[in-house]
Amino acid sequence: MLEPGLDTFPKLALRNAQRLPRKVAIREKDLGIWQSHTWSQYVEQARLIALGLAALGFARGDKTAVVGDNRPQLYWAMLATQALGGIPVPLYQDSIEKEMQYIVDHAEVRFAVVEDQEQVDKLLHVRAQCPLLEWIVYADARGLRQYQDPCLLSLEELKERGRKFAQDNPGYFDREVARGSGGDTAVIAYTSGTTGQPKGAMLSHRNLIETARSAIERERLTDAEEVMAYLPMAWIGDHMFSFGQSVVAGFTTNCPESAATVLADLKEIGPTYFFAPPRIWENILTSVMIRVDDTAWVKRRMVHFFLALARRVERRRLAHRAPAWLDRLLYPLGWLLVYGPLRDNLGMGKIRVAYTAGEAIGPELFEFYRSLGVNVKQLYGMTESSALICIQEDGDVKLDTVGPPLPGVEVRISETGEVLYRSPGVFQGYYRNEAATRETLEDGWVHSGDAGFFDKDGHLKIIDRARDVGRLSGGTIFAPKYLENKLKFSPYVKEAVCVGHARGFVGALINIDLASVGNWAERRGLAYTSYTDLAQKPEVYELIRQEVVRVNRSLLDEETLRGAQIRRFLLLHKELDADDQEITRTRKVRRGFVAEKYAALIEALYGTADHVNVEALVTYEDGRTGTVRAAVRISEAEIFSSAGAGAA
Amino acid sequence: MKAPAGPPPTPLLEVNGISVRFGAVQALERVSLEIRRGEIVAIIGPNGAGKTTLLNVVSGFYHPYEGQILFEGRDRTQLRPYDVAALGVARTFQNVALFKGMSVLDNIMTGRLLKMRGSFLLEALYWGPAMKQELEHRASVERIIDFLEIQAIRKASAGKLPYGLQKRVELARALAAEPKLLLLDEPMAGMNVEEKEDMCRFILGVNDEFGTTIALIEHDMSVVMDISDRVIALDYGRKIADGRPDEVRADQGVIDAYLGVAHA
Repeated sequence: MLEPGLDTFPKLALRNAQRLPRKVAIREKDLGIWQSHTWSQYVEQARLIALGLAALGFARGDKTAVVGDNRPQLYWAMLATQALGGIPVPLYQDSIEKEMQYIVDHAEVRFAVVEDQEQVDKLLHVRAQCPLLEWIVYADARGLRQYQDPCLLSLEELKERGRKFAQDNPGYFDREVARGSGGDTAVIAYTSGTTGQPKGAMLSHRNLIETARSAIERERLTDAEEVMAYLPMAWIGDHMFSFGQSVVAGFTTNCPESAATVLADLKEIGPTYFFAPPRIWENILTSVMIRVDDTAWVKRRMVHFFLALARRVERRRLAHRAPAWLDRLLYPLGWLLVYGPLRDNLGMGKIRVAYTAGEAIGPELFEFYRSLGVNVKQLYGMTESSALICIQEDGDVKLDTVGPPLPGVEVRISETGEVLYRSPGVFQGYYRNEAATRETLEDGWVHSGDAGFFDKDGHLKIIDRARDVGRLSGGTIFAPKYLENKLKFSPYVKEAVCVGHARGFVGALINIDLASVGNWAERRGLAYTSYTDLAQKPEVYELIRQEVVRVNRSLLDEETLRGAQIRRFLLLHKELDADDQEITRTRKVRRGFVAEKYAALIEALYGTADHVNVEALVTYEDGRTGTVRAAVRISEAEIFSSAGAGAA
Repeated sequence: MKAPAGPPPTPLLEVNGISVRFGAVQALERVSLEIRRGEIVAIIGPNGAGKTTLLNVVSGFYHPYEGQILFEGRDRTQLRPYDVAALGVARTFQNVALFKGMSVLDNIMTGRLLKMRGSFLLEALYWGPAMKQELEHRASVERIIDFLEIQAIRKASAGKLPYGLQKRVELARALAAEPKLLLLDEPMAGMNVEEKEDMCRFILGVNDEFGTTIALIEHDMSVVMDISDRVIALDYGRKIADGRPDEVRADQGVIDAYLGVAHA
């Protein structure tokens, strides 16, 4: 249970300001220099913003939309809103106007605190459809000097009004903070949603604080942690790590200079606690490997030798076996020559706890980081559970599970194979969406929508979205995401969509990875003009065919999924893109939408032709549309039977 | 959109009847124009019309054999480039002219050169006023880096950057001199649509944020129409039009010059 005086984030932040006034709470790289703000400054800034909002007429229960890259000012605006008994609604900064309009309108937002001109422009455009939106406060005035709209206000001006308000209303801030309680809604987090309109999950202060606290205890986090805030603020994970846990534990959040400088900033900060989805782990690895391949022959050989050695050692360690004696002998040398310097170079030298989640991570990738001694673990969670459900424990890490439930979390599997959970972190319901709430929340149990099971060690294993698991016409279980993940473990495959429910066999639509396939083509002297052109090269088809065959072969070991191998595939002429609504902002494929949009391609997979002509509509970020035309080839891959030989 | 400003007392730059000749080629013939404080002026014209020559005359590379140039009301027809820069005129070049082996940061720092004071010895020792000065210059350079969104390439070697970024670095270096008048020679040549849009945004931003007066040469008419307050058209070394973008676009002389009517 929560102590009564510490049951909301503003109260906890005030405690931090008293107990750790000079401890750095948040850092931001600005004008090339890391600017630090202590807990007492953090609270002072939030106080001024809160008073400014109060001066504009903010009432308890009002909502503040928060939009922009991770910036201290925006985290302060969230705390300020909560201090007044209001509810912050963080939005994805790359949302297009239509998406923004839906949420601002649906959440009944009255105030918006945004980063810059880009977001101001979008909000001004949608304001006509959002009658409740009254004030737009911006942190960065660049490009906005000529704007005359009376609803615009700079953050500095807001704070100035706050100062005046404080003189007329002494003690206002503290009184408002004291009125808050743990059961109040702390945030409405809109889930990007793979189907339909986004839903706003309401999480209370108690939900978030208790979840944060149990993870802090499990991972033994202290106020000395350094965390990097670089994933979207609208995503519950960032809210939990960079705001929730930071306030609860008192540790430091670091905001990078810009999205493009994250890797360099990572190196400067050296976080102790780090979260990244698999695609970021992969980007980091790719950037390292490119540099390794550019070095002198001797160094390159040395790095590859020791990385292979570390991988062998790690594989045995994951299987709870001792490494071979020669490897054990050479490992310290590798540490001196390769692992240590490499970790430092990546900014991972100080990491104590790191997570990957959101999607399955490739075995190569996972083993690479673990073999360097970076404690990467898998976790499982979702917005409706305050971000966290399961976390792997130190020393008990597996490649294909998400670990046991956190203390206080109960997990069970329904008859249909769906994962259900119940915990103090379970959300209060969807904002203004009773029907969806009833569908998801039953007697305190949440339907996760994921299909999974517990392995013999009590680790939860997730195989796919429950509703996506289907059957081939022959009756074999078909788990599309399981196949897609196996495909995506190839560096050449960026995205894949498998189809096969009620069909005779499995077909796949594949997106090549432009960077790595482009690089591969360059090394072979293969000229290409565009993504579409590259994707349709016969040589590239052959390259990807080998990857498909690899996946098919690996399925031989899987008793239940053996019959669902990929027989025909094609390479898509364009990348699946969130702007075209084909994937969500968190890069999850919107299966239904893709199946509809690419129906002609899918039919062709089940036809006999070796190519199909397509014409696709693409949407740019500013809302304009264009057309892409191409002839897409279709290719076949070998299918393996359990006897282990030949094409079927 | 910019709010229309009232007519200011003296123009920032006045060019009165200048002529420049290279051998038998009459590059500029009695060209007169003025550039007012705070405006963005586009100079257009077909190839060989004398646009770059005009910019070179203003920045002191060439000297006219007749006519007069007034900057802030003072005659400075015969100044050398160094003195012109000291007066507050900075420029970028049609072909990128960066120090290729130096980092982006150092390239931009060179733009501050004219603002640096102090003895060689103190600078070398990085001590006392020299250190304070270096920090101030670095801070103002960082503001420009932030403004032009090139943080990620701060330490990259300038010569290895893609062309569009090199152009942006060049603009940064020109801005570092805190010019009153910024001359841009084809800032968007060879850029793709997205890079052009970025560059337009930056040019408008410079004008808006720092109040810098800008004269630019540009061929892309949609860009010219979008960002300039006034357009000056040249053809065969003569000024053939001067006015609001829509006026100049509708001008018969300009249309003829672009479509290529036979000249006597």
